[in-house]
Amino acid sequence: MVHKFIFDETRIVLDVNSGTVHLVDEMAWEIINQYPNLDLSVLYAYLEGKHSQEEINEARSEVQQLIKEGLLFSQDFLKGLYRPPENRVVKALCLHLAHSCNLACRYCFADKGQYYGASSLMSAETGKKAIDFLLTKSGKRKYVEIDFFGGEPLLNFNGLKKIVAYGKKQAAVYNKEIKFTVTTNGLLLTEEISRFLKNHKIFTVLSIDGRPRANDRMRVFPNGQGTYRRVLENISRHVSFCSEEDYYLRGTFTRHNLDFASDFLHLADLGFRYISLEPVVASPEKDYAFQPEDIPYLEKEYAKLARLLLNYQQQRKEIRFFHFEIDLNGGPCLIKRLTGCGAGQEYLAVAPDESLYPCHQFVGRQEYCLGNLEQGITRPQLREQFCQAYIYNKESCAACWARFYCGGGCHANNIAFNDSIFSPDPLFCRLMKKRLECALYLQVKNFKKNFCLNGEFENG
Amino acid sequence: MGKHIITVNIHSLQDTVLGRGCGECQTSCQSACKTSLTVGNQSCRQLKNQEPKKGR
Ligand code: SF4
Ligand code: SF4
Repeated sequence: MVHKFIFDETRIVLDVNSGTVHLVDEMAWEIINQYPNLDLSVLYAYLEGKHSQEEINEARSEVQQLIKEGLLFSQDFLKGLYRPPENRVVKALCLHLAHSCNLACRYCFADKGQYYGASSLMSAETGKKAIDFLLTKSGKRKYVEIDFFGGEPLLNFNGLKKIVAYGKKQAAVYNKEIKFTVTTNGLLLTEEISRFLKNHKIFTVLSIDGRPRANDRMRVFPNGQGTYRRVLENISRHVSFCSEEDYYLRGTFTRHNLDFASDFLHLADLGFRYISLEPVVASPEKDYAFQPEDIPYLEKEYAKLARLLLNYQQQRKEIRFFHFEIDLNGGPCLIKRLTGCGAGQEYLAVAPDESLYPCHQFVGRQEYCLGNLEQGITRPQLREQFCQAYIYNKESCAACWARFYCGGGCHANNIAFNDSIFSPDPLFCRLMKKRLECALYLQVKNFKKNFCLNGEFENG
Repeated sequence: MGKHIITVNIHSLQDTVLGRGCGECQTSCQSACKTSLTVGNQSCRQLKNQEPKKGR
């Protein structure tokens, strides 16, 4: 299976199963179109008048060589053979430090941070128990992760400090490394807190949506006032403390700012270098939820963003858009790519009351509660369902060209739209595919720039 | 490298099966609220450990 697309006159062919990306000229493109019938007489007839027979022979043998090497029209050799590992480990925990929030963002999935329960903070004791749980359940894995989440986790900064100190001490005992991340709305980021996070190498994900209007429409204080000014001040100071790649800005775009490339530009102009903007997940009746007719517009915005990034690339400015970051040579192995979402398998969320859920999106939904810190997983069958949700078990993913880059979508999202973790939300899929095309295009352009310096390839 | 086709990446996914799958790389989540970690944009921890250190 191959996926072919043209982006601004650049012809790109992705060989899905080998993950190989080819930049092709018009003739090779036409020949690949004819596969599997590559008989010379057919190709001559098809390309008559456009190219000489000699050129056709040449391009055809290049195509045939790649097929022979398993880099074009290659087979999916794990299909039907793959089984998830029996020995289950937990290597990442999302700690809900605070089921409470100092903001009232309109699109919040978590009931203004309270997850449909009473407002509460996670005690340091619970946090420490979670650390022990992670260190003992992670088997031989050396690198494990703790993500501080909420509500607003910095409402419980005291708890965070104690948990980090304990985590570092215990990790050394187990000869493991814990990578800490905190996802914050930035409102409580004082200089003291920023210094603490920096000194402890805690990665920060900072929420801001972009232009003041877009941000203040959705990200508001409980009295309805916008948060842009206060948040920008704090996160700018925070980022000035950060070393390279210690943070990511993340924003959400909605139906009210479909032109989100302008929000990206706004944040980049402010000097931020690591930026992610995410499409809102919302039930269709919300005024800010995307409707199917919005998708072509969003696709164009992604393309616009790719051109913007290309421009930065050419000016040697290091500004990154999270979804266009793709590592063609150092990316994850094939096994890893079979399951994009780790929820319920190696990744669990811990609520302040110590109960365990497949991930933060499920917290508070009793039907998805997997157990608790004391007893561990008490519903192994439920966990098994999540472990079985790899791409070959999802009909549309098994046939999708993007499968080894996407990994099968967000389980929580899939449940919200189709009531099943096995069938992805088509809206998500369309945006995912467009982002991938943009990411591949940027990779190709970058490669071509270096390659053409040698003057070896003029086409494509 | 051909005259009509340039192959951009040297590794093929099939080559990443033997000796890999160690599970040491970052856990992925694709939700909007955590800044989605799509699998494609992650890095392999084994390969990373072999490289000279750069960035995070
Ligand atoms: S884009 Fe959709 S169908 Fe394709 S792999 Fe991802 S979730 Fe599955
Ligand atoms: S279900 Fe969705 S939100 Fe939860 S871990 Fe998976 S991708 Fe992330």
